[in-house]
Amino acid sequence: MLQKTDAEAKKQTARSDEFDEHDEIFEDSKINVNIGPQHPAMHGTLRVMCEVNGEIIEKSECELGYLHRAIEKIGEVRTYHQFIPFTDRLNYCSALQNNIAYVTSVEKLMGVELPKRNVWIRTMCCEIARIIDHLICVGINAFDLGAMTFFLYGFHQRERAYEFIEKLCGSRLTTTYTRVGGLMSDLPDGFLRDLSDWLDEFSEVIDEMDRLLTGNRIWVDRTKGIGYLSQEDALSYSMTGPCLRASNVNFDIRRDMPYLAYDQVEFDVPIAKGGDVFDRYLIRMTEIRESVRILRQVCQKMPGGPIWADDKRIRIPDKDRVHNSMESMIHHFKFFMEGFDCPEGEAYCPMEGPNGEVGFYIKSKGGPKAYRLRIRAPSFFMFQTVNEAARGCSIADLIAIIGSVNIIAGELDR
Amino acid sequence: MTVSCKGYSKEKLERMKARYTGKILSIETKKTDMPIIEVAPEGVVEFLQSIISEEGFEYNFLSDLTAYDFNPPVSKVPDYDLGSCRAEGDAKRFVVVYHLLSLQNKDRIRVIVRANDGEEVPSVTSIWKSADWLEREVFDLYGVKFANHPNLRRIMLDDRWVGHPLRKDYHIKKYQRWEDSLEMTSVGFEE
Repeated sequence: MLQKTDAEAKKQTARSDEFDEHDEIFEDSKINVNIGPQHPAMHGTLRVMCEVNGEIIEKSECELGYLHRAIEKIGEVRTYHQFIPFTDRLNYCSALQNNIAYVTSVEKLMGVELPKRNVWIRTMCCEIARIIDHLICVGINAFDLGAMTFFLYGFHQRERAYEFIEKLCGSRLTTTYTRVGGLMSDLPDGFLRDLSDWLDEFSEVIDEMDRLLTGNRIWVDRTKGIGYLSQEDALSYSMTGPCLRASNVNFDIRRDMPYLAYDQVEFDVPIAKGGDVFDRYLIRMTEIRESVRILRQVCQKMPGGPIWADDKRIRIPDKDRVHNSMESMIHHFKFFMEGFDCPEGEAYCPMEGPNGEVGFYIKSKGGPKAYRLRIRAPSFFMFQTVNEAARGCSIADLIAIIGSVNIIAGELDR
Repeated sequence: MTVSCKGYSKEKLERMKARYTGKILSIETKKTDMPIIEVAPEGVVEFLQSIISEEGFEYNFLSDLTAYDFNPPVSKVPDYDLGSCRAEGDAKRFVVVYHLLSLQNKDRIRVIVRANDGEEVPSVTSIWKSADWLEREVFDLYGVKFANHPNLRRIMLDDRWVGHPLRKDYHIKKYQRWEDSLEMTSVGFEE
């Protein structure tokens, strides 16, 4: 489908030269190098075992499972509401996205229609989560390769974005903001005004970050042609999200299979042809700008009205009624201790998370608990490509590759 | 008010049924958000291989591969799970689920294969490279074996693990120790 790009051809000739050189000097000088699971440059508890010839990785093997907490099993013994906090602990860089993806699946099972304001607030949450996740990814990727200033610029803005999440739900990382059929609370006063003020400031900083790194010779030399994945490989490995688009596949669930309010906002989907670390960085930087664009439209178009779906099965009674009427208090306790009954059925509602397709596949046989809860985590698919992408690269490049695919161990091991 | 797969063209499903007569055992459209197509284990690789390029379908992207324990031995299921588990007659125990996505047509289907404990399901690693780890995960957590898989071993758990934790008859509080596990000693003010 795809012609070999110049970058790949160049890389291959470079590779073969290097191999020859090494073979002459160190014949049969293969040694095994073990990186991780506890290593500062590894993103979480990942382990990669490499067979290196000189400094070139000839074979590698990834290992995972160090953070396996059996979240899928826990999903089968907790009620639908009790499971929401566990979704924060999957991809903890974009917890809001996980919250929303999970409750959407439950809502689909129950046939709940959401009010407009809820949908728009959720769209806004997804985009704030995306900005944070992308800032962490490009920031740490650059930091691993020595670009500390870029990282600090990004993290300063990430901190500002966390302030907004804090205003929404009181916590920064573990948000637990959504409820089935509703949200924890409505937007606080002046939230959208503050948000659009920050967006103006942030888009200047993102330009500054762009000037700092994108044309930087050292950065380009370290990332161009590294970790190349062809279009066929990216599709065969079920890559999704920015990494798939960096490999020249024009697909974005937000645009192609719209959910929430994405069919009512304008945005562009960037694609790149290189399939390497540099292109993944470029895609992420462009997507941050597109997210800013979406957030601006959300600030303008945010409708009024209720945030809760009008459905007695899932409505949490208001606090003032719980404290003042006995029926509501009984309802409150029954709701949280026993949960609500979900009809039989199966649902899988994939969403375009910052990393790729995030979805919860729920199989229900009735009752307040899921019969099977499967978490489709993009990191799992990304980590699988590392072996392929790292072949022929040096160990220092492996760190760049792992940073560029943005693996979050909480989501990878579940 | 339940889940339904309205919006999916019935005519397309009829065409699929006609094209793959003999391969498709049943098509379920009730109580699901996308059509569930049941395929016999021996025909699954051929079916998935063919539907990738079949005109009008083109389900070329393996979005997810997983499984669930449909018909566990109810007498062995722990109390906390008895509410949702029930005997399903002589239905096969495990269901392997393939979530397919068509990048061209932008729609999804769910393909399922049923297998009993000990029965092998053909591996789809020859079609999608991503199936490698996904099938290893299913094997690790459910014990479903995949025939012709290049590297079928545990992925999440330790190689010494006994049993498959996502099976319904595996208690959630069960833990396992090995000889080299560190001894748990009381740490605190007491001796």
